[in-house]
Amino acid sequence: MALHEPLPEALEGRGISRRRFVRFCSAMVGMLALPEHYVGQVIQALQATHKPVLVWLEFQDCAGNTESILRSADPPVAEVLLDLLSWEYHETIMAGAGRQAEAVLERVMAQDTGQYIAVVEGSIPTAEGGVYCTIGGRTALDIARQVCSHAAATIAVGACAWDGGLVRADPNPTGAVGLEEAVPGIKVVNLGGCPHNVANTAAVLVHYLTFHEMPALDQFHRPLFAYGQLIHDQCERRAHYDAGEFVEAWGDAGSRKGWCLYKMGCKGPDATYNCPTVRWNSGTSWPVKAGHGCIACASHRFWDTMSPFYKPLPSVPGFGVDVSAEEIGWGVVGGVAGLTAAHAIGSALRRKAGGPEGGAAPPPEKPA
Amino acid sequence: MARIVVDPVTRIEGHLRIEAQVENGKVTDAWSSGTMFRGIELIVRHRDPREAWLWTQRICAVCTMVHALASVRAVENALDIEVPDNARLVRNIISASQYIHDHVVHFYHLHALDWVDVTGALKADPAKTSQLAQSLSEWPKSSTTYFRGVQQRVSRLVASRQLSLFTSGYWGHPAYRLPPEADLMAVAHYLEALEFQREFIRIHAVLGGKNPHLQSFLVGGMSTSLDPNEPQAPLNPERMDFLAQVAQSAKTFVDQVLMPDVLAVAGFYPEWFALGRGPGSYLSYGAFPQGGIRDTSLYFLPRGILLHEDLSRVHPVDPEKIAEYVTHSWYDYREGDQVAKPPAEGETNPRYSGPRPPFAFLNVEEKYSWLKAPRYDDQVMEVGPLARVLVAYAAGMTEMKTAVDGVLAHFKAPPAALFSTLGRIAARALETQLLANHIVGWIGELRNNMQSGKLAIHNGEKWEPATWPASARGYGLFEAPRGSLGHWVEIENQAIKNYQCVVPTTWNAGPRDVHGHRGPYETALLGTPLADPERPLEILRTVHSFDPCLACAVHVLDAQGQVRGRAEART
Repeated sequence: MALHEPLPEALEGRGISRRRFVRFCSAMVGMLALPEHYVGQVIQALQATHKPVLVWLEFQDCAGNTESILRSADPPVAEVLLDLLSWEYHETIMAGAGRQAEAVLERVMAQDTGQYIAVVEGSIPTAEGGVYCTIGGRTALDIARQVCSHAAATIAVGACAWDGGLVRADPNPTGAVGLEEAVPGIKVVNLGGCPHNVANTAAVLVHYLTFHEMPALDQFHRPLFAYGQLIHDQCERRAHYDAGEFVEAWGDAGSRKGWCLYKMGCKGPDATYNCPTVRWNSGTSWPVKAGHGCIACASHRFWDTMSPFYKPLPSVPGFGVDVSAEEIGWGVVGGVAGLTAAHAIGSALRRKAGGPEGGAAPPPEKPA
Repeated sequence: MARIVVDPVTRIEGHLRIEAQVENGKVTDAWSSGTMFRGIELIVRHRDPREAWLWTQRICAVCTMVHALASVRAVENALDIEVPDNARLVRNIISASQYIHDHVVHFYHLHALDWVDVTGALKADPAKTSQLAQSLSEWPKSSTTYFRGVQQRVSRLVASRQLSLFTSGYWGHPAYRLPPEADLMAVAHYLEALEFQREFIRIHAVLGGKNPHLQSFLVGGMSTSLDPNEPQAPLNPERMDFLAQVAQSAKTFVDQVLMPDVLAVAGFYPEWFALGRGPGSYLSYGAFPQGGIRDTSLYFLPRGILLHEDLSRVHPVDPEKIAEYVTHSWYDYREGDQVAKPPAEGETNPRYSGPRPPFAFLNVEEKYSWLKAPRYDDQVMEVGPLARVLVAYAAGMTEMKTAVDGVLAHFKAPPAALFSTLGRIAARALETQLLANHIVGWIGELRNNMQSGKLAIHNGEKWEPATWPASARGYGLFEAPRGSLGHWVEIENQAIKNYQCVVPTTWNAGPRDVHGHRGPYETALLGTPLADPERPLEILRTVHSFDPCLACAVHVLDAQGQVRGRAEART
């Protein structure tokens, strides 16, 4: 659209030095695991791009993914919301309400159809014809179908929008599902996590602005750069696992020395995410650094498949069926990746038999 | 006579719908409806009560941590667990920082645009804006050049016709009354507050691993072990320094930006001290223990109830007197919809009976909300910062009395002016200031404990479920930033049998009860003037003054053990 402001002017307008902008672009290229020569392309693309319109839909949500966006440090949150994109619909923070809000969505659908980015937060209830979530008298399902099927790109942020999340956990009272299931046939990038980490989301947006396509995805349609590596392998406490140094009780001497939380139920050996390296809140910390185990919040259907959260992961394959967390020590290193199909099934069976969903099944493999 | 609808109500958490009857430019009746339901209390049943806090924290992330704290307190209450002093302090610091973060974000990002015309800033003289800012505060970002830069930024947004979040605003609405210089100053502070909140809440990253959705709570204490000599301890001298520094920066921001802005904006809208009057009775559970959790008399913010706008007497709180109606809520009670049920014996059978979507209006004569209607001793209560400040004021808390009297003197207003839309805003700001003053002290106490070798952070005596009785019941009360929060838990055979939350926004945004008594939002909207009913900005002013959080407000429990499964709910 002719009215759209080209980015270089926008950059000057907000007093951003070229040096800082280049530094940001370099950081993004690093984060996305792209070869270094792409830095120039990112810089060029961001400068040449008109501000695309973004609409952010919230359904059965806690606004955790919205709050996470507000924690963006690079680029700074005000630039994300006002300058990088035209962030036009987002109920938690937009200026207008009621008719004024609905009118924005209608205008975007009419004027920018096929060109805007849709972001979805929260699960979508399907029971009872969708009455468990209505906005402006319309069901979440109805809105999701209409808005996402006319978007240039759709991103599901957080566990709930990806796979139904907590709302879908057994017994799933509202028939909640994630976006891909609610609106079959659309292409979705899933940014799991509870909530999503804004550092990853910013990188995905930059990638899209640069290449007009999404980064490489795994079988769950999650970007590989963020979800491809085991937490256990990136963990700052890994050496203590290898050395057999474990926290044995909350607040014990090991917990003060920063020893491994495996025996306290940490799911890091079975979870992938770049949480330990990107961390949270401008890279300040992550749960293990605060002394608590990982709950695998970026794993598929983690609420059912990874709970109970304080139960140590089951025995490690290759060390005999009876080797458990209690016995793991010196010499047991690595090799724990992907062991938890058994754990997931065990967790599912723990749930009461005969529940409406029969407990949570282990996640089915989706085609890539 | 016309019915107007505001749905979605934006700049809140969650899904809220307001329907209002308008006559001669004034609201004559109003209905508040929560339009989203998840059933989280059903989902936590049969699970390990020690992890309930991880689940219930996800009720809301704008109010992150508040449900985590209420949950661990409920389980600790059921199992009779006392937490170590360091855990109390870490919880107080986390809670106080949540208050400060939440209240700052509320004022600037959720509420300010009801009073500030962003486009008004374009007409401002940056030099006069600088004079205005310097007359109000010592905040250093106040030069003419600075405000000119902000103005240019707004001007570019407007010229590009891509206003992002500001696209849908009520710009030029006749109810806006700030001079352009105040508009420009407020827009500058809106942008500064976006960065402030991000930096400040790093306190939660240190004490909780991340924000939102902290991950350091434990039944029996916290996971943040402390040690003066261990560089890898979650809390060590270096991280204590960081906490103290960030807390100090919050005090500066609140003293020099938030408080002067609130007073300045309020000064241009004095009639809102007489609008938005609530039901007149106020509830506070009290918050921030300074001793054991049971020693409520030592809470930093006192517990109590005020009835019928009477500030001369603070009544005690008896949790047994809390009960909820579903007369106008989309649930059935087995004994009929005329009774109120206490949370410990609560019962919820979701039964949507509203119009099939898409719909234009709700049937407000019947059931019209996913929120229940909580009552205390059968009376409507307002909860939140205003309730807490009034209870503290009436209870004679010196610091609060001085602060409140100072604000009243500033506006030459009597205490009755506080029962209003602006009263809520002023109370929230005062409370923010009070906590910004005190958080530094709690961090100091924690540091002293660490330095003197007092390192206990968790009481593990009853960590193992084998140590628990066969069945136990408990409740955990807390004052969340938005008001009185309670979790009730029943544990049987080491698992959750029942779980129930009664949440601030349920008190404030709930529908009518069996007597037809309106909820606080519904009452407060009566008499609201509307300059342009097509653009009902004034409705947002009063609703936002409560700081709605709808994700928190909708909940479900069936105490009789009859889970309504998905198959049944689908019939």
